[in-house]
Amino acid sequence: MILYKNALLLLLPVFLIGLVACNNRDSSQLIHGDAAQQAYVPPGEYDEFYAFLSGGYSGQITVYGLPSGRLFKEIPVFSQYPENGYGYSEETKNMFNTSYGFVPWDDSHHIELSQQNGEFDGRWLFVNGNNTPRIARIDLTTFETVEILEIPDVAGLHCSPFITENSEYLVSGTRFSVPIPQEDVPIDTYKENFKGLINYVSLDQEHGHMDLAFQIEMPGFNYDLARNGKAVSHGWSFLTTYNSEQARTLLEVNASQMDKDLMAIVNWKKAEEYLAAGKFTERETSYYHNLMDEGSGIVNSEEKTITKILDPKECPDMVYFIPVPKSPHGCDIDPSGEYIVGNGKLSADMSVYSFSEIMQAIEEENFDGEFDGIPIINYEAGLHGIVQKPGLGPLHTEFDGRGNAYTTFFISSEVVKWDVESKEILDRQSTFYSPGHLVIPGGETRKPNGKYLVAMNKITKDRFLPTGPEMMHSAQLFDISGEKMKLILDFPTKAEPHYAQAIEAEKLMANSKKFYPIEDNTHPHATLGEGNSRVEREGDEVHVYMTAMRSHLAPDNIEGIKVGDKVFFHLTNLEQDWDVPHGFAMQGATNAELLVMPGQTRTLLWEPKRVGVFAFYCTDFCSALHQEMSGYARVSPQGSNVPLKWGLNEELSDNQEAANTFYEQAKARASQ
Amino acid sequence: MKNLTLIKMSIIALLFYSCGSGNNERNTLSTPADSEPEVPQSIAEGKGIGEIKEVNLEEELDADMVKMGKSIYDMKCSACHKLTDQRVVGPGFQGVTNRRKPEWIMNMITNVDVMLEEDPEARAMLEECLTRMPNQNVSVGDARNILEFFRENDEEKTGNKDQANS
Repeated sequence: MILYKNALLLLLPVFLIGLVACNNRDSSQLIHGDAAQQAYVPPGEYDEFYAFLSGGYSGQITVYGLPSGRLFKEIPVFSQYPENGYGYSEETKNMFNTSYGFVPWDDSHHIELSQQNGEFDGRWLFVNGNNTPRIARIDLTTFETVEILEIPDVAGLHCSPFITENSEYLVSGTRFSVPIPQEDVPIDTYKENFKGLINYVSLDQEHGHMDLAFQIEMPGFNYDLARNGKAVSHGWSFLTTYNSEQARTLLEVNASQMDKDLMAIVNWKKAEEYLAAGKFTERETSYYHNLMDEGSGIVNSEEKTITKILDPKECPDMVYFIPVPKSPHGCDIDPSGEYIVGNGKLSADMSVYSFSEIMQAIEEENFDGEFDGIPIINYEAGLHGIVQKPGLGPLHTEFDGRGNAYTTFFISSEVVKWDVESKEILDRQSTFYSPGHLVIPGGETRKPNGKYLVAMNKITKDRFLPTGPEMMHSAQLFDISGEKMKLILDFPTKAEPHYAQAIEAEKLMANSKKFYPIEDNTHPHATLGEGNSRVEREGDEVHVYMTAMRSHLAPDNIEGIKVGDKVFFHLTNLEQDWDVPHGFAMQGATNAELLVMPGQTRTLLWEPKRVGVFAFYCTDFCSALHQEMSGYARVSPQGSNVPLKWGLNEELSDNQEAANTFYEQAKARASQ
Repeated sequence: MKNLTLIKMSIIALLFYSCGSGNNERNTLSTPADSEPEVPQSIAEGKGIGEIKEVNLEEELDADMVKMGKSIYDMKCSACHKLTDQRVVGPGFQGVTNRRKPEWIMNMITNVDVMLEEDPEARAMLEECLTRMPNQNVSVGDARNILEFFRENDEEKTGNKDQANS
């Protein structure tokens, strides 16, 4: 270890000179201090936190360690992933079913970890698909996507999936209002025909299964971001909106006319009462619910056709508005649940609302008119105060649990620390460049862990070695344990992360599954033991029941397949040890490979088009004899009478003497 | 720069060295340390090393255990081990209870990574077969069932069982 430290010391000045040379904006904060040591996790040691970053246009989630910034995994969610067959295998392709058909891509923005009593509990992770509105659930024992629920009659589900403090609901809102139900109308009839929806998805507390509980029909605004109340404000949701002008073209200008937009405030406990009292209407629609069965790993897809709608006009005291400065974006609530920060992107000031003041204003009916029957609370009456000129372009705020808030400023490219109670600005640090979201572990919960802050920047430019026009995004890690924020690490992040959440490593590590117990495998095409491996024909379908074990596939010689057949390779990995996946690749298969975890069964469909003998092999370097883990499939012409035949090493298993000779020779070769 | 390279190399060497024991794919056998370490008594007694210290066998076979043992063998073991004396990836199981004590067999099933490092018999077999036996996460109870199945297999194939257990 001493040797290593010396090496690090030798490297450190080089590293610093490098940074100083490419960064002329704020090098001073790097020169002094022990930045590298703070972010350094020695080989073999673990990070303190898992950070889950959304992938933006990749549609996936990436998992990083903090403080090291090391990438541990990319979890495929909304995009097909040929690397392991997700969305290609017969088991997982239903995950992409929607009312529009098979949609193999989406744009993932906001991460939400499940909570109990306003703290992360480490069970599930949720993320939205923006483009074809969907919400996905990831199981945090396997780090796999296990469920996707489509949200009907909305467009651009940006405002999603914000969780309540006991994981009762995931709240979302439409980013683009649209005709409901969809119909062929002129776009300039926006004000008459376009509506917005706020959606409440309930969670089954035992399994996390999602169900669309109800939707609230709202005016045709753009619903942007949300948070749910906690502690004192539990039972309420807060959603920022823009475009109260109800513009439909050149929104950049036309949706920024008014001095203030509106924040929607929903009393969801009241909504539950109305729902129970039957004050909803049922509307016919279409949306898909795709759920993976735990035992078989097979995704079942179900179309749903009814949604329950609550109308605020019929349900008084359920929804309110309050004005927010120009074109708000983030809407964040401090750990006490009392203060709600509304950031106007185009405003020089930030409004901080007080939950108790809002409640009092509602009580006293201190309203400034209404919109579509929804009362608008008097702005000043709900205000805790204004943070004066904190920076340009405030976007998002998180909290450290010590009374401080941290807000990103896109235009002035900085993170600003301020005191929630006094609204005084305490510190500001530049980021490189133009941050969107930021994350503090637990920074949106009742119990933040205020040690680190990661700013996720939208612009990279000169931060790393150039890689052509397209680059990874840059993230900056700050130590926020002291009075001043200290930049300690730059690291590149995949695709375009929007929001992220981070959780203490010990909350997840112990529950992380190492393999799937093969006794629990209920896949109908599982091959539980090599003796059961076989090939069956049903019409033009050929089912290969194949097993994988270091270092052979069984069967590895298959004959009797014909051009035009659909060949299903059902591969069961018989291993029961950690980190021994087996891969399966078939020459000429037009889909992808399979990566099968120990104890799992996965199926690849192969439709051979040519006559010949084609090789297949294991793609995951599994053992010293991995290279030998391969086989052949013979394809005969359509209508030929080559019999179905399969095997593994028939000659050796039938002939003991041949087997012994074979092994003696193999041993001799190996020892040479 | 030369010094730095040297330092780096020693670090790398150090890391490889310290990682060795946890590495499943390490096929080369390390040379014994200078001072001869004491051989654990259980290894000296031919019982291997692991959780299983003492197994008491009844002369009569338990049919239910044999049945359960066979189903686990079919699922988790048969890809590499046959029931005859023919070696495939690993050795054939015929006569195994006549060659090995029941404790050794169950320790090999439930504690294979340590057995392959520390037990000389297990290490010799690794040299022979050249493929590391994987940990199949078999519980102690299931390992006992597999043992019962082996005993039945031996009786059927060789007319004898438990000959090593004396």
